[in-house]
Amino acid sequence: MALSRLTSRSNIITRPFSAAFSRLLSTDTTPITIETSLPFTAHLCDPPSRSVESSSQELLDFFRTMALMRRMEIAADSLYKAKLIRGFCHLYDGQEAVAIGMEAAITKKDAIITAYRDHCIFLGRGGSLYEIFSELMGRQAGCSKGKGGSMHFYKKESSFYGGHGIVGAQVPLGCGIAFAQKYNKEEAVTFALYGDGAANQGQLFEALNISALWDLPAILVCENNHYGMGTAEWRASKSSSYYKRGDYVPGLKVDGMDAFAVKQACKFAKQHALEKGPIILEMDTYRYHGHSMSDPGSTYRTRDEISGVRQERDPIERIKKLVLSHDLATEKELKDMEKEIRKEVDDAIAKAKDCPMPEPSELFTNVYVKGYGTESFGPDRKEVKASLP
Amino acid sequence: MSAILLQGAGAGAATALSPFNSIDPSKLVVPSRSSLSVRSKRYVVAGSDSKSFGSSLIVRRSEPLIPNAVSAKADTAASSTSSKPGHELLLFEALQEGLEEEMDRDPHVCVMGEDVGHYGGSYKVTKGLADKFGDLRVLDTPICENAFTGMGIGAAMTGLRPVIEGMNMGFLLLAFNQISNNCGMLHYTSGGQFTIPVVIRGPGGVGRQLGAEHSQRLESYFQSIPGIQMVACSTPYNAKGLMKAAIRSENPVILFEHVLLYNLKETIPDEEYICNLEEAEMVRPGEHITILTYSRMRYHVMQAAKTLVNKGYDPEVIDIRSLKPFDLYTIGNSVKKTHRVLIVEECMRTGGIGASLTAAINENFHDYLDAPVMCLSSQDVPTPYAGTLEEWTVVQPAQIVTAVEQLCQ
Repeated sequence: MALSRLTSRSNIITRPFSAAFSRLLSTDTTPITIETSLPFTAHLCDPPSRSVESSSQELLDFFRTMALMRRMEIAADSLYKAKLIRGFCHLYDGQEAVAIGMEAAITKKDAIITAYRDHCIFLGRGGSLYEIFSELMGRQAGCSKGKGGSMHFYKKESSFYGGHGIVGAQVPLGCGIAFAQKYNKEEAVTFALYGDGAANQGQLFEALNISALWDLPAILVCENNHYGMGTAEWRASKSSSYYKRGDYVPGLKVDGMDAFAVKQACKFAKQHALEKGPIILEMDTYRYHGHSMSDPGSTYRTRDEISGVRQERDPIERIKKLVLSHDLATEKELKDMEKEIRKEVDDAIAKAKDCPMPEPSELFTNVYVKGYGTESFGPDRKEVKASLP
Repeated sequence: MSAILLQGAGAGAATALSPFNSIDPSKLVVPSRSSLSVRSKRYVVAGSDSKSFGSSLIVRRSEPLIPNAVSAKADTAASSTSSKPGHELLLFEALQEGLEEEMDRDPHVCVMGEDVGHYGGSYKVTKGLADKFGDLRVLDTPICENAFTGMGIGAAMTGLRPVIEGMNMGFLLLAFNQISNNCGMLHYTSGGQFTIPVVIRGPGGVGRQLGAEHSQRLESYFQSIPGIQMVACSTPYNAKGLMKAAIRSENPVILFEHVLLYNLKETIPDEEYICNLEEAEMVRPGEHITILTYSRMRYHVMQAAKTLVNKGYDPEVIDIRSLKPFDLYTIGNSVKKTHRVLIVEECMRTGGIGASLTAAINENFHDYLDAPVMCLSSQDVPTPYAGTLEEWTVVQPAQIVTAVEQLCQ
């Protein structure tokens, strides 16, 4: 519970706080019905209803986790500019609602696979901040032992399959995971996320064809942030109704900045996929940063556009308004929550900075799996010993 | 072309019915070389490289299989005769047998490819499997190599063991991204969380006037992908053994078959056996020169060997089988004995397997060489359609004889 975490952490419990706690705790299990911002647009299926069942606890959890994701991405931005994170760093701020809403609708047995904008989804799947920052800075304690980097986060126990650098290549992988779920009769689904740029990849349609043929529980989610790196969607796609692109596969267009719409759509999609086969979800979302840290993000779109979206459609602001309007917390409490989150992120970064780099011998581990006749032999039948200069 | 089953250093002592014992590490370092002295006898080797896996055990996938990395190099001479007569079959039937046995043994093994199911496989390797195992285990895919290879790899991430067939190896070029980036690298980039136990197999090589696009040899393109293993089968015996070993391996293995070798006939043991994935096969021990080859060129070399023997030469022929990693141990021992190396391969000259092998031999065994390593490969041209021209793109036995004579001067 978010609130019990607050009590355990804060050393100073002021009176307004404690009064607030008693008020909040009593409304914890109260169900709340929230109306999504926009109706769903459906292709070849009946759209789900606009009323989403939620609870006050879920509302506060949404706020907290989304604020955590936002803070984490901004911290990653500063770490990149401080040259502690190198290479490519693709940030997800603005799109948090998709990660949060999806997590709320599914279990850890359902698989998620995404492209390179994976930090927040990894966090949603149960990753820790320490793991994330260590991996970004290439340290030992990273989730891929420092050998993957920003684009290669994986968490097998939570069925998070990454983290892929090549645009579109994760969609056939995702359909393969769905195939395995069907093969093993697991009653679980796979969400394969891709962007509006990747929606033009041929392998997507190949995988969709096979998924539809074999009735696989695959859900293809297009996170449409309207820009494929520097190319706007109207310049890259003849048809930007990505949810209709499945042709014979049903689709649903969702407001990706509304976490509850995402939650409702994912719930609907899961049910559909288990009963009837693949479905496409298009999440209409937006990223505030550029494509990656090396892209300022303002050469192909105006700053007015970015700030306009931030003012009108920001996912965290929406949840904040809902929290305040349902009287679940005061402004001050939310601000304190954000301060605490900031501290949490800073602590994780400090801890990650202290973590050592991987050992040189790690260069050669995990290339092959040891075991069944697979040790590489050198001329003297021992394992190939490679020593760094 | 009958396959001569000479297994020198590679043959293990145990038949498949003996109780399984663990590998004694002290035996691993120095092999017994006495078997190499019995050169001209023919052996039918039964259950050579394997220890018994318990005949009817359903092995749970999570149990570690016996690492058969180095078979105990016991004396092979007396104990290698089989107790049962064995059965004769063609190479594609051997592949099918291996595949079927593995599918019986482990319910996670499935086959995916074009026309592998109802049609029975374009080279009949998967014939009858769809009827036996059903459509969910023997999957007919649409023609989308990129996607179904990706799907196989995705399924392998969760623990399935797909055998992905490219109808012709050349078609797998469309799936190169999946094979290189996802298949080879996911184990590394995930820090060891995911293993990709796929087998990617298919026929390649120059056939009978199939044209340029259907005569490709992809071993040279795949060889530098880190994280994959490559093996090439050449006889029904090693085809079945390598297929089984590849399926059981936790690493992604690419099994190269050859279009012209599918109808080779040989008697293979009745007992269950596997072949070591990283071991080379001693085809014919000799003294004068080491000839390294693989796949179809093995037969051209053996044909040339007949001529060479008549001329008084004594070539040692090794089928390297394992294209990645090279079995530098067997090769090295041979080089240390003969001091001359000839590589005969079907790859192109530029950047082929022979090129890497030449570099490896020069780096490691330079002191033992009396002459430069010679490499006979296919010409660097697209394979022409005309029969006579096609013959000249690949290495012919006459060229091998000339090369040996030149090296042995």
